[in-house]
Amino acid sequence: MTQLALVIDLNVCVGCHACVTNCKEWNTSGEAGPMVDRNPYGKDPNGTFFNRVQTFEVGEFPQTETVHFPKSCLHCEEPPCVPVCPTGASYKRKEDGIVLVDYDKCIGCKYCSWACPYGARELDADQRVMKKCTLCVDRIYDTTMTAEERRPACVRACPTSARLFGDIHDPDSEVSHAIREAGGYQLMPECGTYPANHYLPRRKVKLRIREDEIERADNPLKIDGQLPKPGKAEPTLDDVSSW
Amino acid sequence: MNPAYSVVFLTTLIGAGQGLFLALFTIESYAAFGLLPPQSSDFYALGGEISFALLSLGLFASFFHLGRPERAWRSATQWRTSWLSREVIALPAFMGVSFLYGVAHWTGVNPVLGELYSGMPVNITAVLGVAGSVLAFALFVCTAMIYACVRFIREWHSPLTVINYILLGGASGFSMAAALAAYMAPAVMPLLAGWALIITTLGLIGRGASLIRNARLKPKSTLQTAIGIKHQHIVQKSMGLMGGSFNTREFFHGQGAGRLRSLKWGFLLSVFVVPMGLLGVGLVSASGEVLVLACVVQYLGLLVERWFFLAQSYHPQNLYYQSVS
Ligand code: SF4
Ligand code: SF4
Repeated sequence: MTQLALVIDLNVCVGCHACVTNCKEWNTSGEAGPMVDRNPYGKDPNGTFFNRVQTFEVGEFPQTETVHFPKSCLHCEEPPCVPVCPTGASYKRKEDGIVLVDYDKCIGCKYCSWACPYGARELDADQRVMKKCTLCVDRIYDTTMTAEERRPACVRACPTSARLFGDIHDPDSEVSHAIREAGGYQLMPECGTYPANHYLPRRKVKLRIREDEIERADNPLKIDGQLPKPGKAEPTLDDVSSW
Repeated sequence: MNPAYSVVFLTTLIGAGQGLFLALFTIESYAAFGLLPPQSSDFYALGGEISFALLSLGLFASFFHLGRPERAWRSATQWRTSWLSREVIALPAFMGVSFLYGVAHWTGVNPVLGELYSGMPVNITAVLGVAGSVLAFALFVCTAMIYACVRFIREWHSPLTVINYILLGGASGFSMAAALAAYMAPAVMPLLAGWALIITTLGLIGRGASLIRNARLKPKSTLQTAIGIKHQHIVQKSMGLMGGSFNTREFFHGQGAGRLRSLKWGFLLSVFVVPMGLLGVGLVSASGEVLVLACVVQYLGLLVERWFFLAQSYHPQNLYYQSVS
């Protein structure tokens, strides 16, 4: 079974909102019609987005760290938003685990948004149906695109490669490796939703270099260039040492 | 959550309609077993149609909740998994039965369909009454389970939610039946007013219990689990948007703690205490006006109660929407 997902590296994300912008651009131009934008250049800009980047400050000054936190639908493996939907508009695809909304069936009752603990669903104020991240289902299977392009718009846009995309059920995929090796975790595990998207934690990267690692141990004059060139008759290191 | 008025009206109106139907059929069954004098069928007819009218108004209100009401029929398809879908089926089914029940009494077309082994005749209204009572309870359970089944909204996720929907709907319905009986079937008014008093008292206990429970709840999800960083000190600096979004509109009621507290005491008085007093006075003085007043006050109070029920629910998504920039 395939479960496509995003893995987001919080250690790398710089909070530039490129993924937000590219997500909106791709999805507002698609077949499903535009995603609402009210006052886009006015006082209270307001609209539907699939992806948001939030910013948190962890710790107390001066020991603080700024964490940029991209959030979109996590394509949960036990999605609480799906069984509550009265119309069947919300569903989880068997073949790749993507959770989708059928905009032609949705009646806009908002019940699914109540049932999602992450606030990942947003009602489109113009179309009056529920919208959420599709994992760019209209990109990733589009064979008219190159393999490189067949990835979600947010992943393509990220300038720091903080977003990985792949099948988390395939133990050899890039995302599975990242989750295993970099301590990938899920959001709100207490809700029992088993999100497919994972996050990689902040890491402290500290490199300790000792003196003798800078100077070559077998460099007695400490200057590489002035190493005496032994004559042909001189014993080599192998000759003097008897081991 | 930010309560939707359509939901407030839907749940209170159909609750009263269901309670009223149950009250009518209680009287009819008592009468059938000879425990009460038989009542004029006008009483049942009018009561049945009032119940139908309340349910219709509730159904009408529910359409305002939908973004795409023209597709509402689709919402009956997922009854296997969704309590909302089950409600969408139970409500029209119950409406149909209450309508027929009223019509059968009004037209007097009420043939005997069979006999119990004791020789007691079973009329068509008895069959409709039993079916309607089952459907009324099913509808109560469906409506309440819509809220009770959302696991992480802990204020709702409790059997008390179901109990209270039944009790509060029952209380308002029996109060209405008592007021109606004062004019159309005075002989059964004391029984109905008495039951209304008892159910209202039980409702006070049930709702009080849920208020106490809610006051002691601690949210399971925290900012730490929400973003997965284990540090005691985390503050949101930006929610990633400035002009608000669906997330900031749908899940915050926007009222201060003081306003909530006064609404809570307001509904405790107007749903329970005042109607209990008025029902008592009405019962003793057999005054129709007092009973009508009791059920009006109680219904208005229930509007506040339902608003408060919806507002007093902490949604974990709010953890992600705390600070604008
Ligand atoms: S993140 Fe929310 S909307 Fe997405 S699958 Fe999970 S519960 Fe459903
Ligand atoms: S808003 Fe649409 S997708 Fe969500 S539960 Fe209602 S019908 Fe289903």
